[in-house]
Amino acid sequence: MASGAVSTVEETIGSQQPLLSAVDIGKVFDDRVVLERVSFSIQPGQIVTLIGPNGAGKTTLVRIALGLLDADSGTITRREGLRLGYMPQSLHVEPTLPLTVQRFLALALRGAKESAGGHEIEETLTSLHVPHLVHAQLNSLSGGELQRVLLARALLRKPHLLVLDEPAQGVDIAGQAELYSIIDSIAETQGCGVLMISHDLHLVMSSTDEVICLNHHVCCHGKPETVSNDPAYLSLFGAGVTDSLAVYTHHHTHEHDIHGNVIGEDECTHQ
Amino acid sequence: MSDFLSLFTTDFILYALAAGLSLAVVAGPLGSFIVWRRMAYFGDTLAHSALLGIAIGLLTGANPQLSIILSCLFFAFILTVLDRSPNVSTDTLLGILAHSSLALGIVVLALADSIRVNLEAYLFGALLTISASDLAWIIAVTIGVGGILLKFWNEFVAITVHADIAEVEGSRVDRLNILLVLLIALTIAVSMKIVGVLLITSLLVIPAAAARLLAATPEQMAIRASVIGCVAVVFGLLAAFVADVPVGPSIVVCATLLFLALTLLRGGKA
Repeated sequence: MASGAVSTVEETIGSQQPLLSAVDIGKVFDDRVVLERVSFSIQPGQIVTLIGPNGAGKTTLVRIALGLLDADSGTITRREGLRLGYMPQSLHVEPTLPLTVQRFLALALRGAKESAGGHEIEETLTSLHVPHLVHAQLNSLSGGELQRVLLARALLRKPHLLVLDEPAQGVDIAGQAELYSIIDSIAETQGCGVLMISHDLHLVMSSTDEVICLNHHVCCHGKPETVSNDPAYLSLFGAGVTDSLAVYTHHHTHEHDIHGNVIGEDECTHQ
Repeated sequence: MSDFLSLFTTDFILYALAAGLSLAVVAGPLGSFIVWRRMAYFGDTLAHSALLGIAIGLLTGANPQLSIILSCLFFAFILTVLDRSPNVSTDTLLGILAHSSLALGIVVLALADSIRVNLEAYLFGALLTISASDLAWIIAVTIGVGGILLKFWNEFVAITVHADIAEVEGSRVDRLNILLVLLIALTIAVSMKIVGVLLITSLLVIPAAAARLLAATPEQMAIRASVIGCVAVVFGLLAAFVADVPVGPSIVVCATLLFLALTLLRGGKA
């Protein structure tokens, strides 16, 4: 079975090899094509943002990249010894399970020396501006606090690649902007790559290096700066339109029907 | 009073106490996992299906303790595999297996004329009839289960809190899930004699539920559940003698009283 293979490559110092590259990824669930020939790669320090409508296969693609799901076809190549940090969309902790933030974060360090734990946990929480949460119960946190604690868990592994599934979900507008600026500075200071799903393109624009517009296949990809000055973009978000797809100014030569299937030519051109 | 104290120098009482306490110690952490992962009905199903194992063991003349253990492990494995089928929901599957295997077990026992079995002992436990070899089984299994729990504690907690994060961090989630299920199956198998098929899950779940009221971390809950379980075993045994009632149900009633008392105390504070 050659399809869906995961291979690793030699890591060379200062290598230009991507942290992770996906080539022609395909995935079918119950005869429904979720992903079709999706390719992308992430370099150290690069922030790649996945946008697309609901059901476009964004989370499926991220799960394949993380190794949580096998692709039906295509290849994922990870750098040898790549450490991943993963922040899921949300976290539901059973109310029957008592869990402090400290204990939750210490789970990231299992296998490592316990002695280092307390110090690192406090440092990480402080860097995310929430050191006071250390003894709080996970179930008592607000949406914004929980997202920061989840981010802290991912960061404690000192990841080479940070994978974030809608990191600002359930966070108020001010908090969202702060969260994205924190993510931006993490990529800059720690040099790790970031792959994230976001609907808030207007907020991640300034820090994103590459936007991938996904609807089962890669509709288009490119730098978000090219659209940031576009009056259409400003008017769209000024009017409160939150569909990030709309701001990405380019012309598709194809359209999607209601099931996301491509109608017409599978090509798109960028302005 | 001296009569009463002399009870505790009697062999069968000491056996019962040792068996009950060693089970209560591992039931604390295991029961906590059952509560956290909503597996109470799963435990029940394993216990019910064990009766079929007992019947088959008696018919084939195998060691009864060993046949219970093997049948529990077998059903745990079957349940884990069948649970992946999308066409039958988990609770339906458990309902089918629990009661069909219990019924089948009773039918097989009734058909085998040559075997005279005290069914009540298996349904409600017979802690006072525990033999030295039963006790050896119980202690060996609880030491083994306890050791594995300690070794993989952080892994088990991590996959319970969030399986995907744990897997990305390097845990073998599928294997750990099966290991945890097998530990629960083993523990249920050896506690059959103590509280019986019908009451086993309560010994796992009730102390954990009571300990939840006193805990801020998973470790606190697990340890306090063990302590509460031990208290229930001691007082359940005492009460059984004083009131001349069956031991297994008496232990479960004690655990329930502890749970109620803690609930009322904590409720009063809140």
